[in-house]
Amino acid sequence: MSDASYPEDLLYHPEHDWARLQDGEATFGITWFAQDALGEVVFFEPPKVGVAVTKDEPYTEVESVKAVSDVVAPLSGEVIEVNTALADKPETINDEPYGEGWLVKVKLSDPEEASSLLDAAAYQASLA
Amino acid sequence: MTGSSGARRPITADQGLVVLACLAVPSTAETALRRTSLYGRHAAAGARLVPFAGWEMPVQYAGIRDEHLAVRRHAGMFDVSHMGEVQTRGPQAAAFLQRVLSNDVRRIPEGGAQYSLLCREDGGILDDLFTYRLADCELLTVTNAANHEKDLAWMQEQAAGFDVDVIDRAAEFAMLAVQGPAARSLLAALADGSLPPRMHCCQRDIAGAPLLICGTGYTGEDGVELLLDPEHAPAVWDALVGAGVTPCGLGARDTLRLEVCFHLYGNDMDERRNPIEAGLGWCCKEETGFIGAEAVAAARAAGTPEKLVAFAIDGPGIARQGNPIGGGGVVTSGTFSPCLERGIGMGYVPSEHAAPGTRIEIDVRGTARPAVIESKPLYRTKGP
Repeated sequence: MSDASYPEDLLYHPEHDWARLQDGEATFGITWFAQDALGEVVFFEPPKVGVAVTKDEPYTEVESVKAVSDVVAPLSGEVIEVNTALADKPETINDEPYGEGWLVKVKLSDPEEASSLLDAAAYQASLA
Repeated sequence: MTGSSGARRPITADQGLVVLACLAVPSTAETALRRTSLYGRHAAAGARLVPFAGWEMPVQYAGIRDEHLAVRRHAGMFDVSHMGEVQTRGPQAAAFLQRVLSNDVRRIPEGGAQYSLLCREDGGILDDLFTYRLADCELLTVTNAANHEKDLAWMQEQAAGFDVDVIDRAAEFAMLAVQGPAARSLLAALADGSLPPRMHCCQRDIAGAPLLICGTGYTGEDGVELLLDPEHAPAVWDALVGAGVTPCGLGARDTLRLEVCFHLYGNDMDERRNPIEAGLGWCCKEETGFIGAEAVAAARAAGTPEKLVAFAIDGPGIARQGNPIGGGGVVTSGTFSPCLERGIGMGYVPSEHAAPGTRIEIDVRGTARPAVIESKPLYRTKGP
C-alpha cells in the first residue's frame, strides 16, 4: 500500500472523500485514511452515469474483505463518468487513492458548495 | 441510492468491526477490554486491534488477503487466547461430559480430541466445542470466548449428581493456532518430540516452553493448536515468527473457516437453531442420551423446515450476514473468498430448496445478486 498523503490540490470532505475541481466538474475519490481503514478493497460497483448525487449523502459503496462502507458525495451534481477499470482491479483504490483509484466524475449542480469543504491541512487536522 | 440499505455505514478506523460486531459482547465504558499476553507483540507488529467478545484482538496485520494466502500456501498463526477452557476432572468426568456433550465422549482415547455441541434440552445449540482427553479422568474443553461464562455455568449446573470437578481454566491458558501446509514441519524443528497426529494431543516443549499441542484447527489446513501458560506465549510467538510463520488476525481466520464451511457460533448457529438444521448432525450421537438428544432425534427423523447451505455468488457482489435470500432464508456468514476470488457464504434456506446446484437470489442492500448453492466445503484444501 501507499504511504499516507493528502495532496494540496484537492478539497476534502470530513467523511474521508476528496474532490478535484475543474471547470464546473469534479472527480471524486476516497482518501488515504479511508482506504487504510477499509483494508484491501475487493469490490467496487460504480453508480450509473446520469444519476444525481447529493452533497453529504452516500452515492456508492466500497467493500473490503470484511466490511462494506458507504461513500459520501463531497459535492452535489450528476455523474458523467465512472471508473470502469476498478471492476477488475478494485485494489487500485488502495494503491493510488488520488490517481487511478478515482471513483466518479460529476457535473456540479452548485459549485459554491465547495466553499464548505476542507483543505488538506484542515482535513489532516481532523484525523488527529 | 443504495436501495433498501438501512443505517449508514461510515468509514471508521475500526472497520473490521462491521462484520465481526455480531459476535462481540457489547463493551461498556466501565468494562475495559481484556488483553492477551501477546498484546505487546500485536501492537509492535502494527496489528489493527478491535474489540471482540470483550477482548482487544488483532483483526489483521499486513492485510487479510495476504494472511489468508500465507495459511493456504505456507504457515500462519493466530492468537486465540480469548477462547476459554473448562477442565473436568474426577471419576465421572467422562460420564458427565457424555451427558452434556452431543458426541460420544467414550470414543475419545487418552490423548485424543473430539468436536461436539453443547445443547439445551430442546436441542438449541449453546456452543460448539473441542474436548481433549488429557488422562482417563481429566478432560479439557475449549469454549468460544463470548460463550465461556454461559457454558461454564451450564456445565456446573448439570454437574450436580456427578463425581466431577468442573473448573474454569480460562485465565491459565493462552492459545495459539499454527496452521498451513508447512505448519507441522516448522513446529517440529522447535519441538522436543514428535507432533501429535490429527485429532490427537500431547505434552511437548516448544522453544523451551511446556505446552499442550493439539492436532486441530479452524482453517481446513493441516496444523496444530497450542495451549500454554500465558507467560510463555510471547517466547513461543517469537520463535514461530523466527521460523517464518506469518502472524494472522481474526479477519483471515474468518475467511479461512468460511471457505471450508466451518460454523461460526453466533453467525451460523445459536440457541434458536438445532444441530440438524445447522448441518451438525454428524457430531450428535443421540444414543448416548445427552441433554437435547430427544429433540435432536426428533428433528433428524422429521427433518427441519430450513437447512444451512453454502453458496457462491455468481458474478459480482459480496453477500453479508443478514442479507435476505429470495424465497425465504437469510445469509448467516458472507465474505469475499481470497482463494475463489468471489463472494461466498452460508445461510439458511427452506429445506426443499437446499440442494447443491439450486440457483438463488440474495438481496444485497437492494440489489438482487444471483448465487448458487454449492456442496461443502466451498474450497477444498490439499490437507490435512
